[in-house]
Amino acid sequence: MIQVRELSKFYGKKVVVEKVNVDIHRGKITSFIGPNGAGKSTLLSMVSRLVDADTGEVLVDNDQVKRMKSNEFSKRVSILKQSNFMNVRLTIRELVSFGRFPYSRGKLNAEDIRIVEQAMDYMGLMEMQNEYMDELSGGQRQRAFIAMVIAQDTDYILLDEPLNNLDMKHSVQIMKILRRLVDDLGKTVVIVLHDINFASVYSDRIVALKEGRVVKDGPTNDIINSDALREIYDMDIPIKQMNNCRICVYFNS
Amino acid sequence: MKKRYLFIALILFSLLSLFVGVSSIKPMDLLDFKSEQTEIFLISRVPRLVAILLAGAGMSIAGLIMQQLSRNKFVSPTTAGTLDATRLGILVSMLLFTNASTIEKMVVAFIFALGGTLLFMQILDRIKFKDAIFIPLVGLMFGNILSSITTFFAYKANVIQNMSAWLQGDFSMIMKGRYELLYISIPVLIITYLYANRFTVAGMGEDFSKNLGLAYKRIVNIGLILVALVTTTVILTVGMIPFLGLIIPNIVSIFHGDNLKKTLPHTALLGAIFLLVCDILGRVLIYPYEISISLMVGVIGSGVFLYLLFRRKAYA
Repeated sequence: MIQVRELSKFYGKKVVVEKVNVDIHRGKITSFIGPNGAGKSTLLSMVSRLVDADTGEVLVDNDQVKRMKSNEFSKRVSILKQSNFMNVRLTIRELVSFGRFPYSRGKLNAEDIRIVEQAMDYMGLMEMQNEYMDELSGGQRQRAFIAMVIAQDTDYILLDEPLNNLDMKHSVQIMKILRRLVDDLGKTVVIVLHDINFASVYSDRIVALKEGRVVKDGPTNDIINSDALREIYDMDIPIKQMNNCRICVYFNS
Repeated sequence: MKKRYLFIALILFSLLSLFVGVSSIKPMDLLDFKSEQTEIFLISRVPRLVAILLAGAGMSIAGLIMQQLSRNKFVSPTTAGTLDATRLGILVSMLLFTNASTIEKMVVAFIFALGGTLLFMQILDRIKFKDAIFIPLVGLMFGNILSSITTFFAYKANVIQNMSAWLQGDFSMIMKGRYELLYISIPVLIITYLYANRFTVAGMGEDFSKNLGLAYKRIVNIGLILVALVTTTVILTVGMIPFLGLIIPNIVSIFHGDNLKKTLPHTALLGAIFLLVCDILGRVLIYPYEISISLMVGVIGSGVFLYLLFRRKAYA
């Protein structure tokens, strides 16, 4: 479990995240949702140590994140940020191999190579393993990054808007993969999502932020209802039940 | 572009370089150890060849590190102000110590090279608009500002003549006893190779590096120190060699990607070959006179640079 305790972040006088307390449960997909500027990405960045928190602390399985060596931390928690300009020319295989960096410092042993190949296989990338990242489509690239994180073999996988710039087909593909990571491999996944319906259909728990505070936190079914959504988004959003999914019809509300 | 072919080319051009020059030396002459030819060979030709190889490999590697760390294909010692900062450093050392020894010059110039490059990286951090072409333009402007400062004070102190020696790269003055500083390129190459994986990871950005548990800032600093070391020694011994650090890594990247562990040997080899060819051409074209290496590299290099710019749409 990741426990976030009284976490705050200020930029100058502006409060971006204010005294946030959240528990992230093992073996579940937790989605961070909320309007723009709610502090979702900043919160995720603080949990993953990309950004230093101004106050508060984060515990991963009861260990203080602050005290962990960066190498140790990178074997337990991984983060994928939206890399807008990935202009480094690496092949898929090279990228996925770097997932083993925390373990091998770049010198792969037989075990590392096995894990790398397993990860590529799992993501269906074996056939294109020698293609360059900058020549791939957005969906393929995202899959390669996820394969890298699988090779990194952390219990916790954090993703900041993994569906950005992906079309519908690939968005669904990525979400299904994340679901499998949790259900088959026992990973714990935390995602920042913009599309509330992806959060509703695929996540186990939802944390809703607004103006730097947590306004809702609970199992998905408790959050996806008109009352809660009004509080989060200031919109009246009807919910429709379809094939066991709750769909938020926000387009004309 | 196989390593093997590059290696063969390197050896062929090296031999050619050894036997091209004003005084004709034939391989057979070397059998007589006491002959004038052998002396010229050992005092001038061999040092010149070694200097070219070291400078070519060194500057290319410096460019490669800078491109990786700034995540911009058009950043190099030429386009980031490193060369100009080094020259300013040399001027300062000449003004501070009237008869500066090589080591004194080296130390001061190194500090300036490092400082200038760090400053450029700071500027890079602050720029929101990270266009691939815009950043080297900023670097060139930054370099020109430093260069103007250098010229101003050099003019004031009446050392303009002295300074111009470091403006134009030139291998014709390389002799035994005047190029040994360049051997610093060798440990730099080795360290770069040992750190190759870390540089590659750092090249994917701070967040990406932190995710993999890499001490990003430290790697960047190590990289910049290596760049400053190579640049300083090359400028002090040979002079400015523009564009080399820019085009060589780019050409290699097109064929072999950006995995440093893989591309480092190619970059070093190709850099040495390219500089060697430019030098041989410079020596042959207006024989028995010489075209300076910075002019040769500048002319050929800027052509290749333009080609890379136009080609960019297709790949980067």
